[in-house]
Amino acid sequence: MPHSNINASSIKSAVIGDPILRLRGVSKRYDKLTVLDNLDMDIEANEKVAIIGPSGSGKSTLLRVLMMLEEIDDGVIELDGEPLTHMSVNGALVPASASHRSKGRRNIGMVFQNFNLFPHMTALQNVAQAPNKVLGLSQQEANKRASELLDMVGLSDKLAHFPSQLSGGQQQRVAIARALAMRPRVMLFDEVTSALDPELCGEVLNVIRRLGSEHQLTMLMVTHQMGFAREFADRVCFFSEGKIVEQGTPEALFGAPAHERTQAFLRAVTEAI
Amino acid sequence: MNGATLFDTQFALQIMPALLRAAVYTVGITIAGFALALVGGLVLALLRRSRSRLLSWPATGVIEFVRSTPLLIQLYFLFYVMPEFGLTLSALAAGTLGIALHYACYVAEVVRAGLNAVPRGQWEAASALSMSPWDVYRNIVLPQAIRPIVPALGNYLVAMFKDTPVLSAITVVELMLQAKNIGSQSFRYVEPITLAGLFFLIISIFVSLLVRKLEARLRLP
Repeated sequence: MPHSNINASSIKSAVIGDPILRLRGVSKRYDKLTVLDNLDMDIEANEKVAIIGPSGSGKSTLLRVLMMLEEIDDGVIELDGEPLTHMSVNGALVPASASHRSKGRRNIGMVFQNFNLFPHMTALQNVAQAPNKVLGLSQQEANKRASELLDMVGLSDKLAHFPSQLSGGQQQRVAIARALAMRPRVMLFDEVTSALDPELCGEVLNVIRRLGSEHQLTMLMVTHQMGFAREFADRVCFFSEGKIVEQGTPEALFGAPAHERTQAFLRAVTEAI
Repeated sequence: MNGATLFDTQFALQIMPALLRAAVYTVGITIAGFALALVGGLVLALLRRSRSRLLSWPATGVIEFVRSTPLLIQLYFLFYVMPEFGLTLSALAAGTLGIALHYACYVAEVVRAGLNAVPRGQWEAASALSMSPWDVYRNIVLPQAIRPIVPALGNYLVAMFKDTPVLSAITVVELMLQAKNIGSQSFRYVEPITLAGLFFLIISIFVSLLVRKLEARLRLP
């Protein structure tokens, strides 16, 4: 779909009930491989969405294009009714400037499978870095915000520790605090427990649970933890070959999957346990 | 003066001030040259990594050209040929600039390897926090890229220091040329050349120790 054909005036401003994120016809291709295939998706504010599916189905790519770590080849992603990667100039949509992208991006935070903490910084510095450099908070304010968040994830005694001195679960909790420090409205969790030893998953999932219940946050979570998805999510989306094959409440999707591929996937996953 | 002794201490002391004055040049050229080489090397490395071919190809060309030709020829060009094109530099300026450019190209390759070694996830994490490319380089990527290449950079610093006698070819009176001049005037080479050698040895060892200290200080827990 050529972007220039979309009239900016047709884009509604955000009103209550409108989705915070709206994807229309989003495609992402690597050479001939289509990773996201003409994807339509709406995500309501404060909704908790779990994304499941086989590897290579485009789940992680979805989060990566929302975080603008990858460019989309087609379609539009809107945040609050505003195109994320494009902006309107004289009624036509053109690729967004760096500052427009950065502004949209600040609403979204991401936690990665491999933590990706900055190894040369302490836990406190990891969390305080972006509020200081990007949001322009003073060092003192940024540190205060960082230590509050680290306290919230149960790491108030680890402020001066470097990532290498922390366990995987602790590192991932620092990473969550780091993303939260930008006060995003949407949080993306990309298989955040996959790199953890099983006994460390619980502490990370507990933090996410608390975030969901105590904060106004929209959360998208790619996960292989079906139990957690079932308990935590308002909606579960099953991805296959770059598309949402089936979606619904956890009860519906896990209890009575309608689609053959969903059934096969869930069967394979439960057999693996 | 006893002509029969192999090493005349008194003569050595007598020529010491002149040698030390020249040594100041040697050290000064090294410090200024290496500072320029670090900055130039960083710029060349960033240009070479650029996605724009308009930037990366010329940078690659300069690096490969300079690394594939002798320092001596580059110095001759800067000092004897460039005036034909209207660029006249003093011997000291041409020498410092020449050796800086030469080592900048080696530094660039080391820096590039260091930058390449920083995992992609670091870029992604920083981008996800909306950091500007400048902030990402300055605060996230460079501090991680520099640490593992400090030993290699230290080696180049010492190598550059030991290469400064090449500058005597374009009449820069650094330590080695001074020693040679003293030798040819007094017909005694043992003392000036020995002292010059000792001086290089002491400074090189001192620098190596400093680099090792720096390495230890930068090491992460």
